[in-house]
Amino acid sequence: MLKFDIAGHRKIWFLFSALIIVSGLICMYVRGFNFGIDFTGGTIIDLKFDRPVAIAEVRSSLAKYGLDGATIQLSGAQSDVTESEDMMIRTVDLEENQRKEVMASLRSDVGDYTVLREEKVGATIGGELIQNAVLALLVSWALIIFYVAYRFEFKFGIAAVLALVHDILVVLAVFSFTQRQIDSSFVAALLTIVGYSINDTIVIFDRIRENLKLHFRRGGDIDELVNRSVFQTLTRSLYTVFTVLFTTFALYFFGGETTKDFAFALLIGFGVGCYSSIFIASPLWIAFRNWSEERRQAKRQPAQ
Amino acid sequence: MRKDNLIKLIVCVVAIIGIFLAFVKPLANSIRQGLDLQGGTHVVLEAEDTDVAQVNDDAMNRVVTIMEKRVNALGLTEPIIQREGQRRVIIELPGVKDPDAAIKTIGKTAVLEFKDEEGNTVLTGTDLKDAQAATNQQNGQNVVNLEFTDEGAKKFADLTTKNVGRTISILLDGEVLTAPNVREPILGGKAEISGQKSLEEAQNLAVVLRSGALPVKVNIIETRTVGPSLGQDSKDKSQFAFSVGLGAVLIFMILFYRMSGFIADIALMAYTIMLLGLLYLLDATLTLPGVAGIILSIGMAVDANVLIFEHFKEEYQIQGKTLRLSMDAGFKRAFTTIFDSNITTIIAAGVLFFLGTGTIRGFAITLGLGTLLSMFTAITMTQYMLKLMIHSKLFESPSAYGASGYMLWKKEDLKKNA
Repeated sequence: MLKFDIAGHRKIWFLFSALIIVSGLICMYVRGFNFGIDFTGGTIIDLKFDRPVAIAEVRSSLAKYGLDGATIQLSGAQSDVTESEDMMIRTVDLEENQRKEVMASLRSDVGDYTVLREEKVGATIGGELIQNAVLALLVSWALIIFYVAYRFEFKFGIAAVLALVHDILVVLAVFSFTQRQIDSSFVAALLTIVGYSINDTIVIFDRIRENLKLHFRRGGDIDELVNRSVFQTLTRSLYTVFTVLFTTFALYFFGGETTKDFAFALLIGFGVGCYSSIFIASPLWIAFRNWSEERRQAKRQPAQ
Repeated sequence: MRKDNLIKLIVCVVAIIGIFLAFVKPLANSIRQGLDLQGGTHVVLEAEDTDVAQVNDDAMNRVVTIMEKRVNALGLTEPIIQREGQRRVIIELPGVKDPDAAIKTIGKTAVLEFKDEEGNTVLTGTDLKDAQAATNQQNGQNVVNLEFTDEGAKKFADLTTKNVGRTISILLDGEVLTAPNVREPILGGKAEISGQKSLEEAQNLAVVLRSGALPVKVNIIETRTVGPSLGQDSKDKSQFAFSVGLGAVLIFMILFYRMSGFIADIALMAYTIMLLGLLYLLDATLTLPGVAGIILSIGMAVDANVLIFEHFKEEYQIQGKTLRLSMDAGFKRAFTTIFDSNITTIIAAGVLFFLGTGTIRGFAITLGLGTLLSMFTAITMTQYMLKLMIHSKLFESPSAYGASGYMLWKKEDLKKNA
């Protein structure tokens, strides 16, 4: 067997993850997130002009309405060029009439276009989205703890869910570092990551459970048992993360602009989910197990 | 016996590949597509409490009925109008040509009032029997012809009789539509609203008047319009991503598990067809995140097979069992693992389904169904076909089944610490 003591080095993994999460939390506090209009409210107009146009042209037309602070992006494949036919404009939440005026003046100032996409979201929906997402996460975690406690034991459940919390925090940290946009599909991405990561963790726990039953005597080396369980399932963990990443990469590179951020969240999440199943969940379980052993010992000691 | 198994296996493989190639595209295209794929407008309305009217269940149901009338007048195929939560209504207008006009028509509260010069309201929309758009033959103006109920006709006759030589005004949602001068009493129970810019505008106004006023104040809180070209583009791109993702997974499985991988690939094709078929039967709406979910689920669906094959390898190499027995033991041992790990994923999908809304819900359905189906196809179809293959003795070398592939650990490792 490969000689690599994953369980014994657990403090290193915990420290590594803690570093990412803490710097992520600081970044979230300082820079926050780049929320899409699903969360902030606002208007997005995605236009395809008949000729390539420059951002400055569009901005000066918007200035008439005091909207020159709007985010204007060249969308489409060519990101290095200064002019493009595809133009995405994001502004504050515009009234129906105002939006029509803006679009009419774009047509007369800049040129004719076809509308690819128009979105208008009032500010009220964003708060609800976050509330629902947090609620969905908490409920799913609670149910997972119940299920794992029932099928395995409570300590496995807690370790599994802490690994999930870890995954969510790392993905949030990466989105804060990179300032990639967070929209409503991000919530679906997070829950998919939870679904994947818990699956991955349970496979390893299942092996630990089996090895405990078949090959473990009281007072044996628990670190060794966990290492062995991890290595026995490692091929499967790697193959599965490969196949899932294949499809996610396909989505990221070929799926189009609209699903790019979604696919990015999943890429990070699946990677982290695979990592946490091996380096966080099982070592956490050992830590909990040792801790409760020590407490039991300590309780017995004074009585003797 | 051997021959029987071989024939059965070939039939299964050929049938599944045939069905897959023939039906995957038409099946995917026949599932109802969301607005982000086919283009159209999505509107969310929210009712608001006012001093005059409080939002309640009854009012919301009337809002839905009125919206149905208004939307049906737009003449679209398969529009969707549904309540969401306590005070919201979602309206989906696929393939709508003029989204702005549609949104305007939908968003009208449509309180119609006839006022005299002093500003007293004499008639309201409830006194209307019918409203029709027309072009006035004499002056070419676009107008809406109103017909009153019996009671309305009396009120209107009364109003026009009292106000000869003066101006009355007709208002919609507090805005003056027209303010004609009354030259003589109108007793026939008919009136005309003039001043419409186009016949289409007149028709929209007629629809709004016919459908009646909303019982509560309603605001448009969200509109999303996807043009048909972007929808088509998204469809093409997802199709390509689907092919690339599926292709990569198929090749991967054959490279690492040889003939077992090939069988898993056949089961994966069956999985894809069954997932699409189920979505079709459930009349699910396929949105862009939903398609992403399907593509992802293909990567996840082989996991059950990987688990089985790894156990198979282990039984063969570590326990030293025969191919046949290793295969049986592999399926048996992998079952609890597959069950426990997939149930937890289904829990997450279930929560997403019950707490999520709209597109997120569609995504949860794909995730949950996908997980269930992948469990089913791996346990039944892969098992059945792989047994046929082993029994047919088509390949006898363990390496053909990926059973002698590299393992990270050896038999000696079991003895330690035991």
